[in-house]
Amino acid sequence: MQTEYINAFDIVVGVLWRFWPVWIALILVMGVSFAYKKRLGLYGQLFDSGVGIAGVFICLFWLFTAIFASTISPFDPLAQVSIMKDALPGAVEPGSKLIYYFGGDKLARDVFSRMVYGSQIVLIIAPAATGFALMVGITLGLPAGYYGGRIDTLLSFLANLVLAFPVILLFYLLVTPGIMDTPIPYAMAGLFFLFPIIFFSVLFWTRFKNRPDRLYILLGITLVLGGWIYVGLVFDRDPLHIVHIDPNQLNIFVAVVFASSPGVFRIVRGLTMDIKTRDYVAAAQTRGESPWYIMLWEILPNARGPLIVDACLRIGYTTILLGTLGYFGLGLAPESPDWGTAIKDASRLLRSFIHPALPPTIALMSFVLGLNLLADSLREQSMKD
Amino acid sequence: MLSFILRRLGTMALTMLCLTLIVFFLINLGPNLKKLAISQTEMHTSAEQLESWLVNHGYRQNFFVRYGQWLGILPKQPITDPATGKPAQRFSFCNDPVVPTFSGVLQGDFGCSTKFKTTVGAKLFPALGATGLLMFWVLAVMVPISLLIGILAGMREGSRTDRTLSVASIASTATPEYVSGVIFTVIFASWLGWLNGSAASASQGLTFYNFTLPVITLAIYGIGYIARMTRASMVEVMTQQYIRTARLKGLSFGSVVVKHALRNALIAPFTVIMLQFPWLLTGVVIVEVMFRYQGFGYTLVEAAGNNDIDLLLGCSLVSVFIVLITQLISDVGYAFLNPRIRVQ
Repeated sequence: MQTEYINAFDIVVGVLWRFWPVWIALILVMGVSFAYKKRLGLYGQLFDSGVGIAGVFICLFWLFTAIFASTISPFDPLAQVSIMKDALPGAVEPGSKLIYYFGGDKLARDVFSRMVYGSQIVLIIAPAATGFALMVGITLGLPAGYYGGRIDTLLSFLANLVLAFPVILLFYLLVTPGIMDTPIPYAMAGLFFLFPIIFFSVLFWTRFKNRPDRLYILLGITLVLGGWIYVGLVFDRDPLHIVHIDPNQLNIFVAVVFASSPGVFRIVRGLTMDIKTRDYVAAAQTRGESPWYIMLWEILPNARGPLIVDACLRIGYTTILLGTLGYFGLGLAPESPDWGTAIKDASRLLRSFIHPALPPTIALMSFVLGLNLLADSLREQSMKD
Repeated sequence: MLSFILRRLGTMALTMLCLTLIVFFLINLGPNLKKLAISQTEMHTSAEQLESWLVNHGYRQNFFVRYGQWLGILPKQPITDPATGKPAQRFSFCNDPVVPTFSGVLQGDFGCSTKFKTTVGAKLFPALGATGLLMFWVLAVMVPISLLIGILAGMREGSRTDRTLSVASIASTATPEYVSGVIFTVIFASWLGWLNGSAASASQGLTFYNFTLPVITLAIYGIGYIARMTRASMVEVMTQQYIRTARLKGLSFGSVVVKHALRNALIAPFTVIMLQFPWLLTGVVIVEVMFRYQGFGYTLVEAAGNNDIDLLLGCSLVSVFIVLITQLISDVGYAFLNPRIRVQ
């Protein structure tokens, strides 16, 4: 049977049409942000420059794509329709009359749907891992920079130890199937996931220790919520069966947090050493505030500018790392639709077919570009103050 | 200065000791050893035979004893041949000793590659040479281009050239090697047919045809970053008082840039270029696998994929050494280049 094809113009229109929920959400969010940009602080200032608008647009585009993935993609990312093997872009699937907009890959799956679903994996793991890395880096970087001395020497030595590992070697050692049989990933997860709970508990304790009414509520929320997620993620024993993570995803997650927290640590330490010489820190010390109050409520808020910029860049970098993992077939399942795995599969066959390779590469590149533009614009805006 | 370097070298040795211990521990985890035994024995071996292979080849000795043997502070023991009961070589393809000898990294013996059936040294050093060649060409392309872009952009901050070049450098930092590699291969190899999409033939002889794609793929990711750092440093220098003085005494803009600004603006990028080496290492692995170039990265992937313990340890030792030595060079060089910095 001859496969039918639609022409290039129809492909472009069709793809744009498939993204309709994204366009609606984008118009709403961008419109509202633009109308109220004066009142939105740093986020509103992003809309003053072309670079900032482009950054926000690209990041929101991929965010909404991940949210509406099931509506946008015409096919299941793992479904194989054998007649569509290596189909060229625009081929019409005979059964459902739906179109393989970007063609089929070597296992006859729809490249377009896989690209759309791939955004989900990236947009969950990359920001979450960056968040955990920030928590670990901040909780260790603040005392290292504030106290200095022996604690600083020890923590800096450990951070440099991790930083001296070439990333790729670290992943080859930490993200192998064999390591899942050992308790190492779970021990590391247990250690890293403790940091957010410690961070928020100390945060609330130092601020509200003289106001028990607020303190007990906030601490209670932190411990119950944190403990619940902790049990679900580390031990996979969530009593309500809501929080769950695959063992191999946990492994990737832990490895990525491990690789990027020393970077955050170094930045936080440097910023703390700079900020602790300021007058308002001296004033707080004279008032007799506790060291952790000064670190968390005087120094940290004043270090937020560079940290936000770094977080943006770091999400982009984590996306690249996830792609690297996928490219070497580490950790993620072989049929997973994430962009790195898709690039690996397609790049082996570039001599015969090029169309399965381009959508995931362009998707990954555009998302990282969006984050970098965002970070650049944020940096410029925060320098103006 | 000398005591600073000595202290740094001491820290470096300690770091390397810790890191190799960690790597040694991770490679010798139970599942990894089992995988090695399976790949080294014939198909369908029973669990007891796998275990006896591991015991026989010395993999079940005390962890620290084996680490000491690898390091060269404890003597390597020959294995006992189960058939004759006499001491025999551990791996015959490596000329392992039949009498206990001190033969570890400190003595220059990196061990024995189980995957390639040769000594690690015989495999690793030619691969390093091949990668060194790649690195040389990458740096030869990357450094001049990125410095030029950075200087042109930072010369007049906020101009149209600056904006265009800045966005271009951001785009290049957003393009990891596996993305640019695919895109370049599609354009230059599949579509235009100008260049070869594989560098496998480069080990016989380098040509423009087979070596350009790996080099530009590796260079493009670093160019953006170095260019941005150069731009930031150039912008800072251009606002200094001595630049204004030079302008006001009537020097032309070009001569101010070349004679006064450039020399001071290039101090920061030197550090950045040195610190790029760890990133380049990851890039080298991706590019060598993608273009099938038989270098260090390719060896590392083969070693990790086949659980080749000694080869992987050798690879880690080399990469960690490169990272640490470039950090040291960048610190020392910075102090030399910038007379305002004094090392205590």
